Amino acid sequence: MENGSRVWKYGDDVDTDVIVPARYLTTSVPEELAAHCMEDIDSGFAKAVSPGDVIVAGGNFGCGSSREHAPIAIKASGVSCVVAASFARIFFRNAINIGLPILECPEAAAEAENGDRMSVDLASGMIRNLTRGTSHAAAPFPPFMRGIMDAGGLIAYVSAKSSAGSRKGS
Amino acid sequence: MAMTMTQKILAAHSGESEVVAGQLIEARLDLVLGNDVTAPVAIREFERIPGAAVFDRGKIALVPDHFAPNKDIESAEQCKAMREFARKHGIENYFEIGCMGIEHALLPERGLVLPGELVIGADSHTCTYGAAGAFSTGVGSTDMAAGMATGVAWFKVPSAIRFALHGGLGGWASGKDLILSIIGAIGVDGALYRSMEFVGPGVASLTMEERFTVANMAIEAGAKNGIFPVDEKTRAWAASVSNRPYVEYAADPDAEYERTITIDLSTIRPTVAFPHLPSNTRPASGSGVVAIDQVVIGSCTNGRIEDLRVAAEILKGRRVADGVRCIVFPATQKIYLQAIREGLIEAFIEAGAIVSTPTCGPCLGGHMGILAEGERAIATTNRNFVGRMGHPKSEVYLASPATAAASAIAGKIVDPEEVLEAPGRRG
Ligand code: SF4
Repeated sequence: MENGSRVWKYGDDVDTDVIVPARYLTTSVPEELAAHCMEDIDSGFAKAVSPGDVIVAGGNFGCGSSREHAPIAIKASGVSCVVAASFARIFFRNAINIGLPILECPEAAAEAENGDRMSVDLASGMIRNLTRGTSHAAAPFPPFMRGIMDAGGLIAYVSAKSSAGSRKGS
Repeated sequence: MAMTMTQKILAAHSGESEVVAGQLIEARLDLVLGNDVTAPVAIREFERIPGAAVFDRGKIALVPDHFAPNKDIESAEQCKAMREFARKHGIENYFEIGCMGIEHALLPERGLVLPGELVIGADSHTCTYGAAGAFSTGVGSTDMAAGMATGVAWFKVPSAIRFALHGGLGGWASGKDLILSIIGAIGVDGALYRSMEFVGPGVASLTMEERFTVANMAIEAGAKNGIFPVDEKTRAWAASVSNRPYVEYAADPDAEYERTITIDLSTIRPTVAFPHLPSNTRPASGSGVVAIDQVVIGSCTNGRIEDLRVAAEILKGRRVADGVRCIVFPATQKIYLQAIREGLIEAFIEAGAIVSTPTCGPCLGGHMGILAEGERAIATTNRNFVGRMGHPKSEVYLASPATAAASAIAGKIVDPEEVLEAPGRRG
């Protein structure tokens, strides 16, 4: 996108309880979860977010519970990528497994401000901040994870493997 | 190449003679766990796999605990989806109301997790079973779905931080105070992606219950898992819950650790994590005047029989302060029954507390004790994030059962020693 995507900027330790409060976990419908995305930290987010927008945050993004509802809500709200200084472990796994693009880049995360315009190239990991005129490269994913992402998530990856007759296990 | 205890277990389950930190492996699973929040999502994903069948009916555990007994129609539908899946696939370890409990207390109690085993669970506190010398870690629902179908999961082999424990806990200090102190020192991402391996002569002084509490909160420091060596106490515990054979793994003497943190257990004091992070800790005695509206004693962190005994010892013959609501949650049916037999439930009720059937309840702001705007609770649970127990403008303070019970009597947060004499060391 020429004009880049709008940045929604948050701080360190954004936890899954603020990404989707547990009081809404009686549903797993992506659109319903998206309606409450970030509600306890930024009540305006769910209404104002546009398809393609980018969430940028500090360290340990997605800490807390294992709820996949968190990346599902972010993905369903139209966010195209989350850029953070670092991700909590389970959130990282879940995002890859459901196909929500995430990039770890402390420099890009530190520099961006709320409302900046940013363009992200997932293939190369290049992050351009159009407002500030800067670029940073995030570390690319190892091939194993690229395999899961390229297949469209873990379920598609497993399905392809099992139909190829290469199912492992004991 | 020398390996940590965690790396040994991962190597054994991936068919490799050795693994190194950072390596991506596929490992064989001994148990796959899900609950009423995460399993419905996993089931939906599972059913997208063409011709999906479960890899082993005996190696999947499904526990309705978060919103069960069903708190509303939506949660009833979620539990129903899990129940129907369990029936359809003949899942052996589905725990209906009547034999249920909070998953991380229930599975060890049922002998479903033993030393050396590898467990994934679609719940972040799956790391609890490291207390038993197992490798266990929380994953998401999609991992759970793939795990149920294939019996394997991908892992990045973690590096480790070693916690060398010496001496013994004194006074009212407990395993909860130890882990809160550690998280306070290293931060909520202090062990991000890493194993926390607890070693040293001090380990022997910790009860199994305390080890479960410590391992339970490894995730609150960002860790992939927390793990304890297998010793006499572990073996005695394992023999009491199961007669299945198991394998003991131990770290190589020259295993590499990112760092070693040495802790003298006798220096640990009753500790409280203030809102809104588990790392925001202070000594309970330095809390100032923090008046409380609610006290919650229970959860997968501190809802075991030893926790209830400590709380009852403090509450027995005393009264919960006027205006304070004290809610006690035994973690499983077995613990509940044991507490009745020991007279603990009577002590709670006579003190003015209420006792609930096992459920996650208020721990995650689900039901059975939700906070209104501006209210404060002291809880023996594991998270005090914004809105965790209810209104986004409510507050949760994390503490041990002793500190929570003493605070219930005082009506404000106190060190148990401020209202009671220090006990002799228990266990
Ligand atoms: S008691 Fe709390 S932390 Fe434990 S499994 Fe239930 S909701 Fe999670």
